[in-house]
Amino acid sequence: MVISEEIRAKIDAEIAKYPVKRGALLPALHLVQSEHGYISNELAKELGELFEIRPIEVMEVVSFYNMFYDSPQGRHHVYVCTNLPCSLRGGRDLLRQLESHLGLKPGQTSADGRITLNHEECLGACGYAPMMRVGAQYYENLDLEQAKKILSELE
Amino acid sequence: MLKAPYVTNYLTEHFGEDDYGTLEGYKRRGGYEAARKALSQMSPEEVIDQVKDSGLQGRGGAGFSTGMKWSFMPKDSDKPKYLACNADESEPGSFKDRIILERGPHLMLEGILIAAWATGAEKTFIYCRGEYAFPGACVQRAIDEAYAAGVFGKNALGTGFQHDVVLMLGAGAYICGEETGLLESLEGKKGQPRKKPPFPAQYGAFGMPTTVNNVESFSHVPFIINNGAEWFKGFGTDKSPGTTIFGVSGHVVRPGLYELPLGTRLDEIIFEHAGGVPGGKKLKGAIPGGMSMPILPAGQLEVPMANEFLREHKTMLGTGGIMVMDETTCMVRAGVVISYFFRDESCGQCTQCREGTGWMHKVIERIERGAGTDRDIGILEDVAAKMEGQTICAFADAAAWPIQGLLRHFRNDFEEHVSRKKCPFSESFEL
Repeated sequence: MVISEEIRAKIDAEIAKYPVKRGALLPALHLVQSEHGYISNELAKELGELFEIRPIEVMEVVSFYNMFYDSPQGRHHVYVCTNLPCSLRGGRDLLRQLESHLGLKPGQTSADGRITLNHEECLGACGYAPMMRVGAQYYENLDLEQAKKILSELE
Repeated sequence: MLKAPYVTNYLTEHFGEDDYGTLEGYKRRGGYEAARKALSQMSPEEVIDQVKDSGLQGRGGAGFSTGMKWSFMPKDSDKPKYLACNADESEPGSFKDRIILERGPHLMLEGILIAAWATGAEKTFIYCRGEYAFPGACVQRAIDEAYAAGVFGKNALGTGFQHDVVLMLGAGAYICGEETGLLESLEGKKGQPRKKPPFPAQYGAFGMPTTVNNVESFSHVPFIINNGAEWFKGFGTDKSPGTTIFGVSGHVVRPGLYELPLGTRLDEIIFEHAGGVPGGKKLKGAIPGGMSMPILPAGQLEVPMANEFLREHKTMLGTGGIMVMDETTCMVRAGVVISYFFRDESCGQCTQCREGTGWMHKVIERIERGAGTDRDIGILEDVAAKMEGQTICAFADAAAWPIQGLLRHFRNDFEEHVSRKKCPFSESFEL
Protein backbone atom coordinates (compact mmCIF):
# COMPACT_ATOMS: atom_id res chain seq x y z
CA MET A 1 0.00 0.00 0.00
CA VAL A 2 1.37 3.38 -1.02
CA ILE A 3 -1.50 5.53 0.24
CA SER A 4 -0.98 6.35 3.92
CA GLU A 5 -3.41 5.27 6.66
CA GLU A 6 -4.18 8.90 7.38
CA ILE A 7 -5.17 9.71 3.79
CA ARG A 8 -7.01 6.41 3.51
CA ALA A 9 -9.16 7.36 6.52
CA LYS A 10 -9.95 10.71 4.93
CA ILE A 11 -10.94 8.99 1.68
CA ASP A 12 -13.28 6.70 3.61
CA ALA A 13 -14.90 9.76 5.19
CA GLU A 14 -15.44 11.22 1.72
CA ILE A 15 -16.91 7.97 0.39
CA ALA A 16 -19.51 8.06 3.17
CA LYS A 17 -20.88 11.34 1.80
CA TYR A 18 -21.91 9.94 -1.59
CA PRO A 19 -24.67 7.49 -2.53
CA VAL A 20 -22.24 5.74 -4.88
CA LYS A 21 -18.63 5.06 -3.94
CA ARG A 22 -17.20 6.55 -7.12
CA GLY A 23 -18.68 9.94 -6.24
CA ALA A 24 -15.69 10.37 -3.93
CA LEU A 25 -13.10 9.79 -6.68
CA LEU A 26 -12.29 13.48 -7.25
CA PRO A 27 -11.95 14.19 -3.51
CA ALA A 28 -9.78 11.07 -3.21
CA LEU A 29 -7.52 12.18 -6.06
CA HIS A 30 -7.09 15.60 -4.39
CA LEU A 31 -6.16 13.88 -1.13
CA VAL A 32 -3.74 11.40 -2.68
CA GLN A 33 -2.14 14.11 -4.79
CA SER A 34 -1.63 16.30 -1.73
CA GLU A 35 0.46 13.48 -0.28
CA HIS A 36 2.30 12.28 -3.39
CA GLY A 37 2.40 15.30 -5.70
CA TYR A 38 1.02 13.42 -8.69
CA ILE A 39 -0.94 10.28 -9.53
CA SER A 40 1.48 7.53 -10.54
CA ASN A 41 0.41 4.29 -12.23
CA GLU A 42 0.91 2.55 -8.92
CA LEU A 43 -1.44 4.98 -7.16
CA ALA A 44 -3.98 4.65 -9.97
CA LYS A 45 -3.91 0.89 -9.46
CA GLU A 46 -4.47 1.24 -5.74
CA LEU A 47 -7.26 3.78 -6.20
CA GLY A 48 -8.79 1.51 -8.84
CA GLU A 49 -8.95 -1.33 -6.34
CA LEU A 50 -10.41 0.95 -3.69
CA PHE A 51 -13.11 2.34 -6.01
CA GLU A 52 -13.67 -0.95 -7.81
CA ILE A 53 -12.83 0.50 -11.22
CA ARG A 54 -9.96 -0.17 -13.60
CA PRO A 55 -6.73 1.86 -13.25
CA ILE A 56 -7.29 3.22 -16.77
CA GLU A 57 -10.58 4.73 -15.57
CA VAL A 58 -8.71 6.50 -12.80
CA MET A 59 -6.15 7.83 -15.28
CA GLU A 60 -8.93 8.89 -17.64
CA VAL A 61 -10.21 11.19 -14.90
CA VAL A 62 -6.69 12.35 -14.00
CA SER A 63 -5.94 13.33 -17.60
CA PHE A 64 -9.28 15.12 -18.07
CA TYR A 65 -8.78 17.64 -15.25
CA ASN A 66 -6.08 20.33 -15.34
CA MET A 67 -5.42 20.16 -11.61
CA PHE A 68 -4.48 16.47 -11.55
CA TYR A 69 -1.02 15.42 -12.68
CA ASP A 70 0.32 12.14 -14.00
CA SER A 71 3.99 13.09 -13.70
CA PRO A 72 6.20 14.67 -11.00
CA GLN A 73 5.76 18.43 -10.55
CA GLY A 74 7.71 21.18 -8.85
CA ARG A 75 7.03 21.70 -5.16
CA HIS A 76 5.14 24.89 -6.00
CA HIS A 77 2.87 25.44 -8.98
CA VAL A 78 3.00 29.01 -10.15
CA TYR A 79 0.18 29.82 -12.56
CA VAL A 80 -0.24 33.18 -14.21
CA CYS A 81 -3.68 33.87 -15.64
CA THR A 82 -3.50 34.84 -19.33
CA ASN A 83 -7.19 34.88 -20.19
CA LEU A 84 -8.65 38.02 -21.76
CA PRO A 85 -9.42 40.16 -18.66
CA CYS A 86 -5.90 39.51 -17.34
CA SER A 87 -4.32 39.99 -20.80
CA LEU A 88 -5.93 43.44 -20.98
CA ARG A 89 -4.21 44.40 -17.71
CA GLY A 90 -0.72 42.98 -18.18
CA GLY A 91 -1.11 39.28 -17.31
CA ARG A 92 0.92 38.21 -20.33
CA ASP A 93 3.67 40.73 -19.62
CA LEU A 94 3.89 39.38 -16.08
CA LEU A 95 4.19 35.81 -17.35
CA ARG A 96 6.93 36.75 -19.84
CA GLN A 97 8.87 38.62 -17.18
CA LEU A 98 8.61 35.68 -14.79
CA GLU A 99 9.76 33.35 -17.56
CA SER A 100 12.96 35.31 -17.99
CA HIS A 101 13.38 35.85 -14.25
CA LEU A 102 13.14 32.12 -13.55
CA GLY A 103 14.67 30.96 -16.84
CA LEU A 104 11.67 28.71 -17.43
CA LYS A 105 9.21 28.28 -20.27
CA PRO A 106 5.55 27.60 -19.43
CA GLY A 107 5.21 24.01 -18.30
CA GLN A 108 8.84 23.69 -17.17
CA THR A 109 10.11 22.97 -13.66
CA SER A 110 13.19 24.58 -12.13
CA ALA A 111 16.27 22.34 -11.81
CA ASP A 112 15.99 22.30 -8.02
CA GLY A 113 12.40 21.07 -8.28
CA ARG A 114 11.13 24.16 -6.49
CA ILE A 115 8.84 25.79 -9.04
CA THR A 116 6.72 24.68 -11.99
CA LEU A 117 5.72 27.75 -14.02
CA ASN A 118 2.68 27.82 -16.25
CA HIS A 119 -0.10 29.94 -17.66
CA GLU A 120 -3.68 29.21 -16.72
CA GLU A 121 -7.13 30.06 -17.98
CA CYS A 122 -9.54 32.32 -16.09
CA LEU A 123 -9.27 31.97 -12.30
CA GLY A 124 -12.14 34.25 -11.34
CA ALA A 125 -9.97 37.20 -10.37
CA CYS A 126 -10.77 39.35 -13.41
CA GLY A 127 -11.27 42.56 -11.43
CA TYR A 128 -7.91 42.16 -9.69
CA ALA A 129 -5.62 41.50 -12.64
CA PRO A 130 -2.83 40.73 -13.16
CA MET A 131 -2.79 37.77 -10.82
CA MET A 132 -1.11 34.46 -10.19
CA ARG A 133 -2.00 31.34 -8.28
CA VAL A 134 0.68 29.63 -6.23
CA GLY A 135 -0.76 26.30 -5.15
CA ALA A 136 -4.03 27.12 -3.40
CA GLN A 137 -3.14 30.77 -2.83
CA TYR A 138 -4.22 33.69 -5.05
CA TYR A 139 -2.05 36.81 -5.41
CA GLU A 140 -3.89 39.69 -7.09
CA ASN A 141 -3.21 43.22 -8.38
CA LEU A 142 0.41 42.17 -8.87
CA ASP A 143 3.43 43.87 -10.32
CA LEU A 144 6.69 42.15 -11.23
CA GLU A 145 8.54 43.14 -8.05
CA GLN A 146 5.78 41.80 -5.79
CA ALA A 147 5.59 38.58 -7.82
CA LYS A 148 9.38 38.09 -7.64
CA LYS A 149 9.33 38.62 -3.89
CA ILE A 150 6.53 36.07 -3.43
CA LEU A 151 8.45 33.52 -5.49
CA SER A 152 11.72 34.15 -3.64
CA GLU A 153 10.00 33.26 -0.38
CA LEU A 154 8.86 29.83 -1.57
CA GLU A 155 10.84 26.96 -0.08
CA MET B 1 -10.75 37.86 1.10
CA LEU B 2 -12.27 39.87 -1.74
CA LYS B 3 -13.16 43.50 -1.15
CA ALA B 4 -16.88 44.19 -0.76
CA PRO B 5 -18.59 45.39 -3.97
CA TYR B 6 -18.24 49.08 -4.80
CA VAL B 7 -22.01 49.36 -5.04
CA THR B 8 -24.24 47.20 -2.88
CA ASN B 9 -27.96 46.55 -2.69
CA TYR B 10 -30.04 44.02 -0.74
CA LEU B 11 -27.96 40.98 -1.73
CA THR B 12 -24.53 42.25 -0.75
CA GLU B 13 -25.64 44.86 1.81
CA HIS B 14 -23.56 43.30 4.61
CA PHE B 15 -20.66 41.98 2.54
CA GLY B 16 -18.38 44.68 3.91
CA GLU B 17 -18.86 43.36 7.45
CA ASP B 18 -16.42 40.54 8.13
CA ASP B 19 -18.57 38.66 10.65
CA TYR B 20 -21.39 38.30 8.10
CA GLY B 21 -19.65 35.11 6.93
CA THR B 22 -20.08 33.55 10.39
CA LEU B 23 -23.30 31.93 11.55
CA GLU B 24 -23.59 34.27 14.49
CA GLY B 25 -23.03 37.39 12.40
CA TYR B 26 -25.45 36.15 9.76
CA LYS B 27 -28.18 35.35 12.29
CA ARG B 28 -27.73 38.70 13.99
CA ARG B 29 -28.76 40.32 10.69
CA GLY B 30 -31.87 38.18 10.36
CA GLY B 31 -30.19 35.16 8.82
CA TYR B 32 -32.13 31.88 8.51
CA GLU B 33 -35.43 33.58 9.37
CA ALA B 34 -36.59 33.10 5.77
CA ALA B 35 -35.77 29.39 5.93
CA ARG B 36 -37.55 29.09 9.26
CA LYS B 37 -40.60 30.79 7.77
CA ALA B 38 -40.59 28.60 4.64
CA LEU B 39 -40.09 25.31 6.50
CA SER B 40 -42.59 25.97 9.26
CA GLN B 41 -45.27 28.20 7.71
CA MET B 42 -45.27 27.46 3.96
CA SER B 43 -45.95 24.36 1.91
CA PRO B 44 -43.40 23.39 -0.74
CA GLU B 45 -45.91 24.45 -3.41
CA GLU B 46 -46.31 27.88 -1.81
CA VAL B 47 -42.54 28.36 -1.82
CA ILE B 48 -42.27 27.34 -5.48
CA ASP B 49 -45.17 29.63 -6.42
CA GLN B 50 -43.63 32.57 -4.62
CA VAL B 51 -40.26 32.11 -6.32
CA LYS B 52 -42.04 31.64 -9.67
CA ASP B 53 -44.12 34.79 -9.09
CA SER B 54 -41.00 36.77 -8.22
CA GLY B 55 -39.71 36.17 -11.75
CA LEU B 56 -36.24 35.24 -10.45
CA GLN B 57 -34.11 34.09 -13.37
CA GLY B 58 -31.07 31.87 -12.90
CA ARG B 59 -27.90 33.90 -12.49
CA GLY B 60 -25.52 31.28 -13.90
CA GLY B 61 -25.78 32.37 -17.52
CA ALA B 62 -28.87 30.85 -19.13
CA GLY B 63 -31.40 33.01 -17.26
CA PHE B 64 -34.07 30.33 -16.89
CA SER B 65 -36.88 30.82 -14.32
CA THR B 66 -35.68 29.40 -10.99
CA GLY B 67 -39.18 28.65 -9.68
CA MET B 68 -40.08 26.90 -12.94
CA LYS B 69 -36.98 24.74 -12.67
CA TRP B 70 -37.97 23.70 -9.14
CA SER B 71 -41.46 22.79 -10.33
CA PHE B 72 -40.00 20.21 -12.74
CA MET B 73 -38.91 18.00 -9.84
CA PRO B 74 -41.19 14.96 -9.60
CA LYS B 75 -43.62 15.13 -6.66
CA ASP B 76 -44.49 11.44 -6.41
CA SER B 77 -41.07 9.85 -6.92
CA ASP B 78 -39.90 7.30 -4.36
CA LYS B 79 -36.28 7.92 -5.34
CA PRO B 80 -34.10 10.24 -3.28
CA LYS B 81 -33.99 13.74 -4.74
CA TYR B 82 -30.97 16.01 -4.83
CA LEU B 83 -29.95 19.59 -5.38
CA ALA B 84 -26.68 20.65 -6.91
CA CYS B 85 -25.29 24.11 -6.30
CA ASN B 86 -23.18 25.22 -9.23
CA ALA B 87 -20.17 26.99 -7.70
CA ASP B 88 -17.93 26.10 -10.64
CA GLU B 89 -17.68 29.75 -11.67
CA SER B 90 -15.28 29.62 -14.62
CA GLU B 91 -16.74 31.85 -17.30
CA PRO B 92 -13.94 34.29 -18.14
CA GLY B 93 -14.86 37.74 -16.83
CA SER B 94 -16.98 36.32 -13.98
CA PHE B 95 -16.01 36.57 -10.32
CA LYS B 96 -19.33 37.36 -8.63
CA ASP B 97 -20.09 33.95 -7.12
CA ARG B 98 -16.68 34.01 -5.50
CA ILE B 99 -17.63 36.95 -3.30
CA ILE B 100 -20.80 35.20 -2.14
CA LEU B 101 -18.78 32.08 -1.27
CA GLU B 102 -16.24 34.18 0.62
CA ARG B 103 -18.40 36.84 2.26
CA GLY B 104 -21.94 35.47 2.32
CA PRO B 105 -21.78 31.66 2.40
CA HIS B 106 -24.74 31.40 4.79
CA LEU B 107 -26.90 33.39 2.39
CA MET B 108 -26.32 30.71 -0.23
CA LEU B 109 -26.82 27.92 2.32
CA GLU B 110 -30.13 29.44 3.46
CA GLY B 111 -31.29 29.60 -0.16
CA ILE B 112 -30.29 25.96 -0.55
CA LEU B 113 -32.30 24.91 2.51
CA ILE B 114 -35.39 26.72 1.20
CA ALA B 115 -34.96 25.13 -2.23
CA ALA B 116 -34.55 21.73 -0.60
CA TRP B 117 -37.85 22.16 1.23
CA ALA B 118 -39.56 23.30 -1.98
CA THR B 119 -38.31 20.38 -4.06
CA GLY B 120 -38.22 17.68 -1.38
CA ALA B 121 -34.49 17.15 -1.85
CA GLU B 122 -32.66 15.24 0.87
CA LYS B 123 -29.13 16.31 -0.03
CA THR B 124 -27.31 19.15 -1.77
CA PHE B 125 -23.97 18.76 -3.49
CA ILE B 126 -22.14 22.06 -3.74
CA TYR B 127 -19.73 21.73 -6.66
CA CYS B 128 -17.05 24.40 -6.30
CA ARG B 129 -14.24 24.88 -8.80
CA GLY B 130 -10.98 23.38 -7.55
CA GLU B 131 -9.03 26.61 -7.88
CA TYR B 132 -11.41 28.27 -5.39
CA ALA B 133 -9.59 26.71 -2.43
CA PHE B 134 -10.14 29.73 -0.20
CA PRO B 135 -13.79 30.37 -1.14
CA GLY B 136 -14.35 26.61 -0.76
CA ALA B 137 -12.83 26.70 2.73
CA CYS B 138 -15.15 29.60 3.66
CA VAL B 139 -18.14 27.51 2.56
CA GLN B 140 -16.94 24.41 4.41
CA ARG B 141 -16.53 26.44 7.59
CA ALA B 142 -20.06 27.78 7.18
CA ILE B 143 -21.43 24.26 6.59
CA ASP B 144 -19.69 22.95 9.71
CA GLU B 145 -21.04 25.83 11.80
CA ALA B 146 -24.54 25.31 10.41
CA TYR B 147 -24.46 21.60 11.21
CA ALA B 148 -23.22 22.28 14.75
CA ALA B 149 -26.15 24.65 15.28
CA GLY B 150 -28.72 22.22 13.85
CA VAL B 151 -29.44 24.23 10.71
CA PHE B 152 -28.82 21.10 8.61
CA GLY B 153 -29.01 17.41 9.40
CA LYS B 154 -31.84 15.19 10.56
CA ASN B 155 -33.90 17.97 12.10
CA ALA B 156 -33.11 21.10 10.12
CA LEU B 157 -33.87 24.23 12.18
CA GLY B 158 -35.85 22.00 14.53
CA THR B 159 -38.61 21.52 11.95
CA GLY B 160 -38.24 17.77 11.45
CA PHE B 161 -37.13 18.25 7.83
CA GLN B 162 -33.93 16.39 6.95
CA HIS B 163 -31.32 17.92 4.72
CA ASP B 164 -27.61 17.31 4.24
CA VAL B 165 -25.02 19.38 2.42
CA VAL B 166 -21.80 18.13 0.85
CA LEU B 167 -19.08 20.33 -0.64
CA MET B 168 -17.03 18.92 -3.50
CA LEU B 169 -14.07 20.61 -5.14
CA GLY B 170 -13.65 20.21 -8.88
CA ALA B 171 -10.26 20.00 -10.51
CA GLY B 172 -9.96 22.59 -13.26
CA ALA B 173 -12.39 21.96 -16.11
CA TYR B 174 -14.58 24.78 -17.47
CA ILE B 175 -17.08 22.29 -18.88
CA CYS B 176 -18.05 21.14 -15.37
CA GLY B 177 -19.98 24.41 -15.08
CA GLU B 178 -22.39 22.98 -17.69
CA GLU B 179 -25.05 21.37 -15.53
CA THR B 180 -24.80 17.82 -16.85
CA GLY B 181 -21.00 18.01 -17.05
CA LEU B 182 -21.20 18.97 -13.38
CA LEU B 183 -23.34 15.92 -12.63
CA GLU B 184 -20.87 13.60 -14.39
CA SER B 185 -18.03 15.14 -12.41
CA LEU B 186 -19.97 14.69 -9.16
CA GLU B 187 -20.15 11.01 -10.02
CA GLY B 188 -16.36 10.82 -10.23
CA LYS B 189 -16.15 10.85 -14.02
CA LYS B 190 -14.81 13.03 -16.81
CA GLY B 191 -17.07 16.09 -16.97
CA GLN B 192 -18.52 15.37 -20.38
CA PRO B 193 -22.08 16.72 -20.71
CA ARG B 194 -25.02 14.36 -21.14
CA LYS B 195 -27.55 14.26 -23.93
CA LYS B 196 -30.89 15.77 -22.93
CA PRO B 197 -33.55 14.45 -22.47
CA PRO B 198 -33.64 13.01 -19.92
CA PHE B 199 -33.28 16.30 -18.06
CA PRO B 200 -31.67 16.42 -14.60
CA ALA B 201 -35.06 16.71 -12.89
CA GLN B 202 -35.77 13.19 -14.15
CA TYR B 203 -32.26 11.72 -14.27
CA GLY B 204 -29.67 13.81 -12.45
CA ALA B 205 -26.89 13.12 -9.97
CA PHE B 206 -26.37 9.38 -9.52
CA GLY B 207 -29.46 8.83 -11.67
CA MET B 208 -31.77 10.58 -9.20
CA PRO B 209 -34.04 13.61 -9.78
CA THR B 210 -31.82 16.68 -9.38
CA THR B 211 -32.13 20.43 -9.69
CA VAL B 212 -29.01 22.43 -10.45
CA ASN B 213 -28.93 26.14 -9.51
CA ASN B 214 -26.19 28.73 -9.49
CA VAL B 215 -24.72 30.20 -6.25
CA GLU B 216 -26.23 33.63 -6.81
CA SER B 217 -29.64 32.21 -7.80
CA PHE B 218 -29.90 30.47 -4.42
CA SER B 219 -28.76 33.62 -2.65
CA HIS B 220 -31.69 35.75 -3.87
CA VAL B 221 -34.24 33.27 -2.51
CA PRO B 222 -34.16 34.23 1.22
CA PHE B 223 -34.99 37.84 0.27
CA ILE B 224 -37.94 36.72 -1.87
CA ILE B 225 -39.31 34.59 0.97
CA ASN B 226 -38.86 37.37 3.54
CA ASN B 227 -40.20 40.26 1.47
CA GLY B 228 -42.46 38.66 -1.11
CA ALA B 229 -42.57 38.42 -4.89
CA GLU B 230 -43.93 41.95 -5.37
CA TRP B 231 -41.05 43.46 -3.41
CA PHE B 232 -38.56 41.57 -5.56
CA LYS B 233 -40.24 42.79 -8.73
CA GLY B 234 -39.64 46.33 -7.52
CA PHE B 235 -36.03 45.90 -8.62
CA GLY B 236 -34.94 45.51 -12.24
CA THR B 237 -37.14 45.44 -15.32
CA ASP B 238 -40.61 43.94 -15.88
CA LYS B 239 -39.16 40.83 -17.48
CA SER B 240 -35.89 40.65 -15.53
CA PRO B 241 -36.53 41.44 -11.87
CA GLY B 242 -34.02 41.76 -9.06
CA THR B 243 -30.44 42.87 -8.87
CA THR B 244 -27.30 41.04 -9.92
CA ILE B 245 -23.63 41.40 -9.13
CA PHE B 246 -21.92 42.76 -12.22
CA GLY B 247 -18.18 42.09 -12.51
CA VAL B 248 -16.30 44.74 -14.45
CA SER B 249 -12.82 44.01 -15.77
CA GLY B 250 -10.37 45.16 -18.42
CA HIS B 251 -9.75 48.80 -19.32
CA VAL B 252 -11.68 50.64 -16.62
CA VAL B 253 -10.56 52.90 -13.77
CA ARG B 254 -12.27 50.81 -11.05
CA PRO B 255 -12.49 47.13 -12.00
CA GLY B 256 -14.49 45.14 -9.47
CA LEU B 257 -17.99 44.12 -8.42
CA TYR B 258 -21.16 46.21 -8.54
CA GLU B 259 -24.56 45.05 -7.34
CA LEU B 260 -27.12 46.87 -9.47
CA PRO B 261 -30.68 46.25 -10.66
CA LEU B 262 -31.02 44.29 -13.88
CA GLY B 263 -31.73 46.74 -16.66
CA THR B 264 -29.05 49.21 -15.55
CA ARG B 265 -27.54 50.64 -18.72
CA LEU B 266 -24.18 49.22 -19.76
CA ASP B 267 -22.67 52.67 -20.33
CA GLU B 268 -23.79 53.72 -16.84
CA ILE B 269 -22.00 50.72 -15.32
CA ILE B 270 -18.81 51.31 -17.29
CA PHE B 271 -18.55 55.10 -17.14
CA GLU B 272 -20.39 56.16 -13.99
CA HIS B 273 -19.73 53.23 -11.69
CA ALA B 274 -16.44 51.81 -12.96
CA GLY B 275 -14.99 55.23 -13.77
CA GLY B 276 -14.67 54.82 -17.54
CA VAL B 277 -11.57 54.07 -19.57
CA PRO B 278 -8.27 55.14 -17.97
CA GLY B 279 -5.67 57.39 -19.59
CA GLY B 280 -8.18 59.45 -21.56
CA LYS B 281 -8.49 56.66 -24.13
CA LYS B 282 -11.65 55.87 -26.04
CA LEU B 283 -13.64 52.71 -25.54
CA LYS B 284 -13.60 50.30 -28.48
CA GLY B 285 -15.89 47.50 -27.35
CA ALA B 286 -17.28 45.67 -24.32
CA ILE B 287 -18.29 42.08 -23.73
CA PRO B 288 -21.47 42.28 -21.63
CA GLY B 289 -21.83 38.92 -19.94
CA GLY B 290 -18.77 36.72 -19.74
CA MET B 291 -16.56 35.70 -22.64
CA SER B 292 -19.15 33.48 -24.33
CA MET B 293 -21.38 36.44 -25.06
CA PRO B 294 -20.89 38.46 -28.27
CA ILE B 295 -19.14 41.81 -27.91
CA LEU B 296 -20.84 45.20 -28.32
CA PRO B 297 -19.14 48.12 -30.10
CA ALA B 298 -18.82 51.56 -28.49
CA GLY B 299 -21.95 52.77 -30.26
CA GLN B 300 -24.26 50.22 -28.63
CA LEU B 301 -23.51 50.68 -24.94
CA GLU B 302 -26.77 52.43 -24.08
CA VAL B 303 -28.44 49.04 -23.85
CA PRO B 304 -30.09 48.11 -20.52
CA MET B 305 -28.43 45.02 -19.03
CA ALA B 306 -31.32 42.57 -19.25
CA ASN B 307 -31.84 39.78 -21.75
CA GLU B 308 -34.93 41.27 -23.39
CA PHE B 309 -32.84 44.29 -24.46
CA LEU B 310 -29.49 42.60 -25.04
CA ARG B 311 -31.08 40.07 -27.39
CA GLU B 312 -31.97 42.92 -29.77
CA HIS B 313 -28.23 43.51 -30.00
CA LYS B 314 -27.57 39.81 -30.66
CA THR B 315 -25.95 39.24 -27.30
CA MET B 316 -27.00 38.19 -23.77
CA LEU B 317 -26.56 38.95 -20.09
CA GLY B 318 -24.77 35.65 -19.41
CA THR B 319 -23.04 35.91 -16.04
CA GLY B 320 -22.94 39.72 -16.03
CA GLY B 321 -19.14 39.72 -16.41
CA ILE B 322 -18.36 42.92 -18.33
CA MET B 323 -14.99 43.13 -20.11
CA VAL B 324 -14.02 46.54 -21.39
CA MET B 325 -11.52 47.12 -24.20
CA ASP B 326 -10.02 50.47 -25.11
CA GLU B 327 -9.12 51.83 -28.55
CA THR B 328 -5.61 50.29 -28.53
CA THR B 329 -7.01 46.76 -28.36
CA CYS B 330 -6.52 44.49 -31.36
CA MET B 331 -9.75 42.55 -31.73
CA VAL B 332 -7.96 39.80 -33.66
CA ARG B 333 -5.66 39.26 -30.68
CA ALA B 334 -8.72 39.21 -28.44
CA GLY B 335 -10.04 36.54 -30.83
CA VAL B 336 -6.83 34.52 -30.47
CA VAL B 337 -7.17 34.55 -26.67
CA ILE B 338 -10.88 33.70 -26.78
CA SER B 339 -10.52 30.89 -29.32
CA TYR B 340 -7.52 29.42 -27.47
CA PHE B 341 -9.60 29.17 -24.31
CA PHE B 342 -12.42 27.28 -26.01
CA ARG B 343 -9.99 25.01 -27.85
CA ASP B 344 -8.31 24.22 -24.54
CA GLU B 345 -11.56 23.58 -22.67
CA SER B 346 -13.60 21.63 -25.25
CA CYS B 347 -14.37 18.27 -23.65
CA GLY B 348 -13.86 16.59 -26.99
CA GLN B 349 -16.91 14.40 -27.29
CA CYS B 350 -18.65 16.20 -30.20
CA THR B 351 -16.75 16.50 -33.48
CA GLN B 352 -18.13 19.95 -34.37
CA CYS B 353 -16.81 21.38 -31.11
CA ARG B 354 -13.55 19.46 -30.77
CA GLU B 355 -12.50 20.20 -34.37
CA GLY B 356 -14.29 23.53 -34.75
CA THR B 357 -12.64 25.20 -31.75
CA GLY B 358 -9.24 24.08 -33.04
CA TRP B 359 -9.94 25.37 -36.55
CA MET B 360 -11.13 28.73 -35.30
CA HIS B 361 -8.04 29.22 -33.14
CA LYS B 362 -5.70 28.14 -35.95
CA VAL B 363 -7.27 30.49 -38.48
CA ILE B 364 -7.45 33.51 -36.16
CA GLU B 365 -3.88 32.96 -35.04
CA ARG B 366 -2.82 32.86 -38.71
CA ILE B 367 -4.64 36.13 -39.43
CA GLU B 368 -2.99 37.77 -36.41
CA ARG B 369 0.47 36.69 -37.63
CA GLY B 370 -0.20 38.38 -40.96
CA ALA B 371 -0.34 35.05 -42.78
CA GLY B 372 -4.10 35.10 -43.34
CA THR B 373 -5.68 35.19 -46.78
CA ASP B 374 -8.92 36.65 -48.14
CA ARG B 375 -10.56 33.24 -47.72
CA ASP B 376 -9.81 32.98 -44.00
CA ILE B 377 -12.53 35.31 -42.77
CA GLY B 378 -15.06 33.27 -44.73
CA ILE B 379 -13.66 30.06 -43.26
CA LEU B 380 -14.12 31.48 -39.77
CA GLU B 381 -17.73 32.36 -40.46
CA ASP B 382 -18.35 28.97 -41.98
CA VAL B 383 -16.81 27.02 -39.09
CA ALA B 384 -18.65 29.12 -36.48
CA ALA B 385 -21.98 28.58 -38.26
CA LYS B 386 -21.41 24.82 -38.40
CA MET B 387 -20.70 24.61 -34.67
CA GLU B 388 -23.81 26.44 -33.56
CA GLY B 389 -26.71 24.28 -32.40
CA GLN B 390 -25.05 21.04 -33.52
CA THR B 391 -23.69 19.58 -30.32
CA ILE B 392 -24.71 17.88 -27.07
CA CYS B 393 -24.26 21.01 -24.95
CA ALA B 394 -24.08 24.77 -25.48
CA PHE B 395 -20.28 24.94 -25.24
CA ALA B 396 -19.86 24.97 -29.04
CA ASP B 397 -22.35 27.84 -29.30
CA ALA B 398 -20.51 29.65 -26.54
CA ALA B 399 -17.29 29.21 -28.53
CA ALA B 400 -18.82 30.36 -31.83
CA TRP B 401 -20.80 33.39 -30.59
CA PRO B 402 -17.91 35.60 -29.43
CA ILE B 403 -16.06 35.04 -32.71
CA GLN B 404 -19.21 35.83 -34.70
CA GLY B 405 -19.57 38.97 -32.56
CA LEU B 406 -16.01 40.10 -33.33
CA LEU B 407 -16.60 39.57 -37.06
CA ARG B 408 -19.95 41.38 -36.91
CA HIS B 409 -18.59 44.53 -35.29
CA PHE B 410 -14.84 44.54 -35.94
CA ARG B 411 -14.52 42.93 -39.35
CA ASN B 412 -12.28 45.80 -40.35
CA ASP B 413 -9.64 44.69 -37.84
CA PHE B 414 -9.54 41.25 -39.48
CA GLU B 415 -9.48 42.62 -43.03
CA GLU B 416 -6.65 45.02 -42.25
CA HIS B 417 -4.51 42.19 -40.88
CA VAL B 418 -5.02 40.32 -44.15
CA SER B 419 -4.40 43.26 -46.50
CA ARG B 420 -1.37 44.63 -44.61
CA LYS B 421 -0.03 41.15 -43.85
CA LYS B 422 0.65 42.15 -40.24
CA CYS B 423 -1.06 43.31 -37.08
CA PRO B 424 -1.72 47.03 -37.39
CA PHE B 425 -2.21 47.59 -33.64
CA SER B 426 1.20 48.36 -32.21
CA GLU B 427 -0.12 49.47 -28.82
CA SER B 428 -2.37 46.51 -28.15
CA PHE B 429 -1.65 43.97 -25.43
CA GLU B 430 0.90 41.44 -26.69
CA LEU B 431 0.19 37.78 -27.06
